[in-house]
Amino acid sequence: MATNTTVVPARLAKPKAAAGPWREAFGRLVRNKLAVLGLILVSLLLFCGIFGPLIAPWPYQDQDLQAIFANGNRPLPPLSPNHILGTDQLGRDLLSRLLDGARISVTVAFVVQFVIIFIGVPVGAFSGWFGGRTDNFMMRLTDVFYAFPDLLFIILLSVAFRETVFGQALDGLLLVFVAIGLVGWVTVARLTRGQMLALKETEFVEAAKAIGVSDRKIVMRHLLPNGMGPIIVAITLGVPVAILAEATLAYIGIGVQPPRASWGSLIAEGQKYIRSEPHLVIFPAIFIALALIGFTFLGDGLRDALDPKLKGKQ
Amino acid sequence: MVNAEEEVSAADAPTIVELSSDDVLRERNEEVAEAGVGQKADHLLEVRGLSTHFFTADGVVQAVDDVSFDVGYGETLGLVGESGCGKSVTALSIARLVPAPPGKIVAGSILFDGIDVLKLSHEDMRQLRGKEIGFIFQDPLTSLNPTLTIGYQIGESIKEHMGLSAKAARDRIVELLDKVGIPRPADRLNDYPFQFSGGMRQRVMIAIALACDPKLILADEPTTALDVTIQAQILELIQRLSSEFGTAVLLITHDLGIAAGMCDRVNVMYAGRIVETGKVDTMFESPRMPYAWGLLDSLPRIDDIRGEKLRTIEGLPPVLIDPPVACRFGPRCPYIRDVCREREPELTPRPGEGHLARCFATEPDGWIA
Amino acid sequence: MIAYIGRRLLWIIPVLFTVSVITFFLMHSVPGGPWDREKHLPQGTQDRLNAQYGLDQPIYVQYARWAGAFIQGDLGPSYRFQDRTVNDIVADGIWTTVQLGVMAFLLAVAVGIPLGIFAALGHNKAPDYIATSISIIGIATPVFVLGILMTVFFAVQLGWFPTGGWKGPQYWVLPTIALAGFPIAIIARYTRASMLEVTRKDYIRTAQSKGLRDQAVVSRHMIRNALIPVVTILGPTLAFLVTGSFIIERIFGIPGVGQYYITAIGTRDYSLLMAMTMLYAFAVAFLNVVVDVLYAYIDPRIRYS
Repeated sequence: MATNTTVVPARLAKPKAAAGPWREAFGRLVRNKLAVLGLILVSLLLFCGIFGPLIAPWPYQDQDLQAIFANGNRPLPPLSPNHILGTDQLGRDLLSRLLDGARISVTVAFVVQFVIIFIGVPVGAFSGWFGGRTDNFMMRLTDVFYAFPDLLFIILLSVAFRETVFGQALDGLLLVFVAIGLVGWVTVARLTRGQMLALKETEFVEAAKAIGVSDRKIVMRHLLPNGMGPIIVAITLGVPVAILAEATLAYIGIGVQPPRASWGSLIAEGQKYIRSEPHLVIFPAIFIALALIGFTFLGDGLRDALDPKLKGKQ
Repeated sequence: MVNAEEEVSAADAPTIVELSSDDVLRERNEEVAEAGVGQKADHLLEVRGLSTHFFTADGVVQAVDDVSFDVGYGETLGLVGESGCGKSVTALSIARLVPAPPGKIVAGSILFDGIDVLKLSHEDMRQLRGKEIGFIFQDPLTSLNPTLTIGYQIGESIKEHMGLSAKAARDRIVELLDKVGIPRPADRLNDYPFQFSGGMRQRVMIAIALACDPKLILADEPTTALDVTIQAQILELIQRLSSEFGTAVLLITHDLGIAAGMCDRVNVMYAGRIVETGKVDTMFESPRMPYAWGLLDSLPRIDDIRGEKLRTIEGLPPVLIDPPVACRFGPRCPYIRDVCREREPELTPRPGEGHLARCFATEPDGWIA
Repeated sequence: MIAYIGRRLLWIIPVLFTVSVITFFLMHSVPGGPWDREKHLPQGTQDRLNAQYGLDQPIYVQYARWAGAFIQGDLGPSYRFQDRTVNDIVADGIWTTVQLGVMAFLLAVAVGIPLGIFAALGHNKAPDYIATSISIIGIATPVFVLGILMTVFFAVQLGWFPTGGWKGPQYWVLPTIALAGFPIAIIARYTRASMLEVTRKDYIRTAQSKGLRDQAVVSRHMIRNALIPVVTILGPTLAFLVTGSFIIERIFGIPGVGQYYITAIGTRDYSLLMAMTMLYAFAVAFLNVVVDVLYAYIDPRIRYS
């Protein structure tokens, strides 16, 4: 540049103590009301998922046959004694079953994203780092997975391995998680590759190398803060997709096995009684909605907070 | 594709005499001048006490604070300062293009050709923009719409403000492209910005600014994003076309060297305020404000035989949220005294025509003679 | 450009091949067979049926036979509906499914994009909050929940529309809206974000500096550029519509082909399952090419490179 008014930072006029990029991003996150709402909903979901069995009024599979019998063998409505959200047609406490569903959704949130990271990040990084033929092959492979009708693939995979040990693990859930992860890694792989390609060429990485910064430091101080942002965002926004996929599968009867209760299977059961007992559908739907909204808002907030394009702007 | 075009310097472009359509333009300019229209005031542009603030989450940023200056008809005035000193915001304020929110013009008046721009309705202001006031932005790579052809982008304001027929508008676009030195202009109307080099895009930007024959062009760092050799071509082009069209130019730059080559008078801005103003020659011979010294010192000089390193101004400009009532350059000034920390100096006259400076040290009773 | 489209279309072939191989082998590794339903079928009869349909052959032979027939347009016999070929079943239902998908897609685009633009132009004001609320509801409501709730409310309670079937326009309304709900939300969100991004661009300031009318700045400069990234999510949206259709077809009892997919897995109706998979894989791959071509069409930077 033609400018010669080189500005040398001096201690006198330093505008502000420079916070770390993560801290700065966190500051932006907590100033965003929707992101905070998302964070609260996600925390609540995590709490329910982890401590659900402790706070649930009943074990999720226990039947309150007496109460049901007293009600003419019909599901109890909400605000019944001992069953604040009512029961299903077998006398099982709806709140307790919803909390078990939260546990399933939290597991989905983690296991699926773990599978996605475990496959997507290495494939993408490998692809971006080596380039050339490897890259070409990897990207064509992602094309195939992209064209694969994912719900069909998940259904097929879950049915195919249902009878195996693997298929029985975690009440049949592990298989579903892995299947969802297997179709979901493509996005993260493409994203990681893009980040890798972009970062490899950036001036600050070149500069850091030139002045002899160690590889470890380059990765920790430059590549991670700059490259991880979009990946973290994609993973956070991938959680609602996974929760939705699990709920959809459970709704059509694939995945979780009775008596465990996924929100999707609760809706499928409740659908039969919808005209007289709409709460059996409404409450699981609300739980799904809150979980989806929570992760979506949090992901959006993270994206805004980590978006380097916004940095330094008014 | 583009490199070859870059060789065409501005000087090689056809001159005014060769083009019949140019004669039309010139005639119109003369008519306007004879009728006295466009000479409604002493100056084309009179900015008085302009303050533009940004209302951000961290506080009110006083980006432009009590700035006053004039631009005469056909004059090229320089506005010089470091990035962030408020010079771009000043230009945006004149065209009322400050992004709002968070920006807001909180005080002052801007008389353009005798009209108070700040009192105009949204619609009247729109009529002024593009027609009477052209804008050249800093970065030609991002300032043109990537999905529209350049012919379309130049033609937009012509169609909006001049009411020409499609044919006449097209002729004018070709003529403008030719004037700004784009070879084979008729063939390039339907090309997109990405098919042009940076220098060529800036020429397109200049064509857009000149499209409706405006009285004033606000050129905001028009060459900062360009290579040094292209810079000279673009500056020459702006200079030549502005004198040809009789257009006044407010040239915003951080480079005092560019201002010296283009302008008669220069305003130096620092931290939202004008700190020195006057004729370029006076400014170069005897700047009366340590900041301007700093700017001059950091220019490379051909006669610099001492072999010293380029000097730089230490420190950063202050954050413009609640600036202290003191000399804003004080913290970086090697000549600072207690009085500079207690009060803010006024713009006061100095030797030389219209020369003003904001500095206690160089006032008649100051400690720098 | 034509060479590009041709290359992209050719690329569908290996994609379909890979999908068919994976599905075929995965499908045959599912325990059980197409005759399990008829509980008391003697082993001898089963063996005879297996031999008749070639199911006693090694799996790669079966695949080769299937692929050979597929290339000639023969999708094979249905194991479940023994009086019909898969070709018949597909021919009967495909247009209903396509019609549902196309209507939902058009609705999603026609509502989603204006909603996003509307939200961005009224950023942080009432229009933004209204549009954002609509899209939050869309994102938070799975397609099956939306389907159930709409049936209960608009069909059962209010009686405005029939609860199921596909016999005329009044039957189309609820399934189309239920299927379009999620894509509307996604497209609206994306359009809004893209519009807000474009608003900050330098070339918008240039357009304003030309003294154009606000409406011209918005329509010529903002919307066009904002829609370029939106086109990229139309691909995933179409994929969603494709898979979402079989849930909607189930809930509303629509005689399309989508409903067969889930039942085909359950009944081990191999040829029907293969046909459905290939159909959907082709639809997704082909529509992705269409989307990419559209993308190139509206972005000259891609068109010319």
